[in-house]
Amino acid sequence: MLNIVWPIFIIISFSYAIFSGNLENLNNSIFESTNSAIKLSIDLLGSMCLWSGIMQIASKTTLIENLTKLLNPLLNFLFPKLKENKKIKKEVSMNIIANILGLGNAATPLGLKAMKSMQEENKNKETLSDTMMMFIVVNTASIQLIPTTVIAIRNSLGSQNPTSIIFPTWISTIIAAVIGITVTKIIIKLTRGEKNK
Amino acid sequence: MKIINFLSSVAMPMVILFIVIYGVKEKNKVFDTFLDGAKEGIKTTLSILPTLIGLFLAIGALRSSGILELIMKISSPILEIINFPKELMPLSILRPISGSGSIAIATDIMKNYGVDSLIGNIASTIMGSTETTLYTIAVYTSCIKIKKTRYILLAALVADITGIIASNIICKIIY
Repeated sequence: MLNIVWPIFIIISFSYAIFSGNLENLNNSIFESTNSAIKLSIDLLGSMCLWSGIMQIASKTTLIENLTKLLNPLLNFLFPKLKENKKIKKEVSMNIIANILGLGNAATPLGLKAMKSMQEENKNKETLSDTMMMFIVVNTASIQLIPTTVIAIRNSLGSQNPTSIIFPTWISTIIAAVIGITVTKIIIKLTRGEKNK
Repeated sequence: MKIINFLSSVAMPMVILFIVIYGVKEKNKVFDTFLDGAKEGIKTTLSILPTLIGLFLAIGALRSSGILELIMKISSPILEIINFPKELMPLSILRPISGSGSIAIATDIMKNYGVDSLIGNIASTIMGSTETTLYTIAVYTSCIKIKKTRYILLAALVADITGIIASNIICKIIY
């Protein structure tokens, strides 16, 4: 994606600067960009290591497996077709829990494993099944207890209160997830005919 | 207001405390495990450095050339209707497309308008409550060779737009 976006950004802004004679600013920002990137990386280094360490502890315990039980009622609502399939249900819930805990490195492999198991049950191998659709939408909803990366960035920029955005983030995530899930349920209903073709 | 601040500030310590206790309870070598993870953190951070340099170059150029201002000026009448700050438009567009790109642009916004300003807080909330949707969909569908995605992009983007608008409204109420 960035192979398209990045050159577009460079081409339009560099040519605009040359045409409008805004070259001094542009030259300054070219040098500044490398400095800001290095500075941000160094500032992020501490927080990123801290959270990776804490999350490593979590992933070495049975925490994920134990928390999946709490998800049961929600899973039955989101994935009505998974009621009988315990194996897929477990993979799905482990992925969701890993996402909530912010274990990105664990969440993606678990999610891909769940997708593969769902594909085995899928009748039409080229089309997303209902369960897969809902699963992907839940994964794009960014349901996360602690938005660690943003907090690390805020901390690096000298925020008075880096964690103050946690609560607003929860509310906003929940609203977005509810809307996303509702729209997906509607799309599943509307495209059911198409799926069976 | 007090309870909101309390919830925000208690979340991080609670999670760390809970995980450490859980690790100790299951008799893990908690500190060794922590070190293993922290070493991974170094790798992750350093591996995004080249991406950040490239993106800071592009985003810095967008701002310093004056074209970003031009785009914001053109789009502001539409954004005014829904009462959405024009400063956040570039972030809103890039967020679903690129993870590291949105980190770079969000940092740029927080630096320019102040990390604790309303704009800075909304940018943070947008970053926390949305995901790199296009990337996620691509990874999850391509791993099992799906060709027909049944408008899932629409559903995911509606969720993203909702998250962005909700962040704007919630931050304006809270801050």
